[in-house]
Amino acid sequence: MVPMKTGAPMLLAALLLSGAAVAQQRTLTYNADFDPDPLAGMQALIADFEAANPDVKVKLNNFDHEGYKTAIRNFLTADSPDLANWYAGNRMAPFVTSGQFTDVSDVWTENDLGDKLASSKASMTIDGKQWGVPYTYYQWGIYYNKDAYKAAGVEVPKTWDEFVAACPKFKAKGIDCVTTGTKALWPAAGIFDYLDLRTNGYDFHMDLANGKVPWTDPKVRAVFAEWAKIQPFTTPNNAALEWQDAAALFTQGKAANYVMGNFAVAVFKEGGMTNDTLGYMQFPEITPGIPRAEEAPTDTIHIPSGAKNVADAKKFLAFVASAPAQTKLNAKIGQLPTNKDSTVPQDDPFLVAGFETVSTASALAQFFDRDAPAEMAKVGMEGFQEFLAKPDRLDAILDRLEKARQRIY
Amino acid sequence: MTVALPETRPPRRTFWRANQRRLAPWLFLAPGAAMFLLYVIIPIFQSLSLSFYDWDGMGAKSWVGTANYVELWTDEAFWTSLKNNVLWLVLYMLAVPLGLFIAIFLNQTVRGIRLYKSLFFFPFVISQVVVGLMFSWFYAPNFGLFYKLIEMVTGSGVAVLADERYVTYGIIAAGLWPQIAYVMILYLTGLNNVAPDQVEAARLDGAKGWRMLWYVILPQLRPATFIAVVVTVIGALRSFDLVSIMTSGGPYGSSRVLSYYMYEQALSEYGYRMGYGAAIAVILFAIMMIFISGFIWKMWRDETER
Repeated sequence: MVPMKTGAPMLLAALLLSGAAVAQQRTLTYNADFDPDPLAGMQALIADFEAANPDVKVKLNNFDHEGYKTAIRNFLTADSPDLANWYAGNRMAPFVTSGQFTDVSDVWTENDLGDKLASSKASMTIDGKQWGVPYTYYQWGIYYNKDAYKAAGVEVPKTWDEFVAACPKFKAKGIDCVTTGTKALWPAAGIFDYLDLRTNGYDFHMDLANGKVPWTDPKVRAVFAEWAKIQPFTTPNNAALEWQDAAALFTQGKAANYVMGNFAVAVFKEGGMTNDTLGYMQFPEITPGIPRAEEAPTDTIHIPSGAKNVADAKKFLAFVASAPAQTKLNAKIGQLPTNKDSTVPQDDPFLVAGFETVSTASALAQFFDRDAPAEMAKVGMEGFQEFLAKPDRLDAILDRLEKARQRIY
Repeated sequence: MTVALPETRPPRRTFWRANQRRLAPWLFLAPGAAMFLLYVIIPIFQSLSLSFYDWDGMGAKSWVGTANYVELWTDEAFWTSLKNNVLWLVLYMLAVPLGLFIAIFLNQTVRGIRLYKSLFFFPFVISQVVVGLMFSWFYAPNFGLFYKLIEMVTGSGVAVLADERYVTYGIIAAGLWPQIAYVMILYLTGLNNVAPDQVEAARLDGAKGWRMLWYVILPQLRPATFIAVVVTVIGALRSFDLVSIMTSGGPYGSSRVLSYYMYEQALSEYGYRMGYGAAIAVILFAIMMIFISGFIWKMWRDETER
């Protein structure tokens, strides 16, 4: 609904503008789903791009973030822009397999992106071709409230056992050891992903997401066994909370730990937290010796197959992938650049820690709802949500997920 | 040649003249009928045919026969949605007696009664989205008014929207609020048309209270009751916005209704199954058809009896 309202005047403006300037300039339409901060960052990037390419004008149509996820299917098939935002991994598979995205492997080879964007290449590749260009990603991990730790008299845990052992101490003070808001389902998947990555490792996790392992496998049960240790200390009724509601509990010191992505830092700070009260730690090791893999969901830009101005769109992708552009953009939006030659601002401890975490990881997962196909993601995340509310139903949940797996893949 | 012309013209005119009365209504109906055909009738058949395909909405369709329906039969989520739809239908009917009660209560001449009437009507005027948001705050754990009230009374709060046992009832309660207002307005207009002489006569015969309501007032309100039941049934079956706003079908799918499940499967963030969604839509349509044909049959009977 929001995109309709903002889209129509924008479209009108675009029509008027293109009518006036059609002789000198080529236009690139770009449909995106930026929140306010990233929007400002991208607008600055677009200004730089236009300065470098004076004959190209970029028309950015910004959609409401959630509405975009359903709107994209309509505009890809009906009125295609030249560029569109989306996500890496299996999340782009439906658009790739149905031929809605253009193969941009040539942009990758011509600009040596295979080397510069090496960490994201696998997640941008389907059938040996690249289907878009990543412009940002962000780390996940455990954000903790230092005041809550002080109130409960707990040291920041180094290992999973210490983490679990600390939970009753928080409870004694009336503090939730772990908080989350699972109304939108995905926050629960962040916890599951990390428990699985730490218990069974990256390869098993990806096999599970790709349907190669049954959900009734004992190794999956082992993950839920670990989860059961912290489930009683997780904020109750989280199914009725948005992740921002849980963030409020966290900033107020009513919860100590929050398994979240780095985008939440802005929300925590709006809630009054500072670099002195907010801490970040990597999710602690569970099974010793497993190479540390991390979650780093990647946001990407693609060229729809219905694009009218493919040549300039590819120019834009190459520009977005370049190190200086990524450095500037990500400094502005507070996330990590995907280009290995980029840098992060040293005055932001979370970005510095995140860059360190992600660049030293053995492998990067996207996130459950991007690694698994859409349908499995939905069923799976509902299962996680149910487990958090009713851990005694584990058998029924796993049977249901297994049934879904056999049908979907 | 020149004489032939007047001979050829008149028959054309007479055809129009002869059939004018029969044709005119159809001509007037044509624009509406064309719209109805384009946006209602044709999509019904399109959905019907789509429900036999497996389609992600973008790529190629593949024919799967009745596989979508077979899958529905064993789909727990479908049965949950169907059960919730039945709950909605049954509990939403409460709007009819409650609306009647408020209408009778407000049907008096007191200073400023118009203001009270419009205040009672207010929830129907505001958007369902706003109603949904208000009720989710009302129910919200930790700070919601309802949660706090329960906490005060029983010692521990109940997060209605996070509990699979209460969630559907919580949403229906939110839906009833504007629906009662709607039914109330229907009855208020109906009460305006109650014949005063009949009430007078009944009073002379000693009828009052329930007997007056049941034997004298209600029969005269039959048209209003009919419309109230129709809009309430339809409102219950298309209950989508509140579910979407308040819970997104959660927790873990326990508050889904058919219309929301269809949206989820076909159009939502994780839904790429147009065929399966269409199959759900067909089932929902079949359920609606039961009621719609009942209503149409009744209206037809009333028209022809006259």
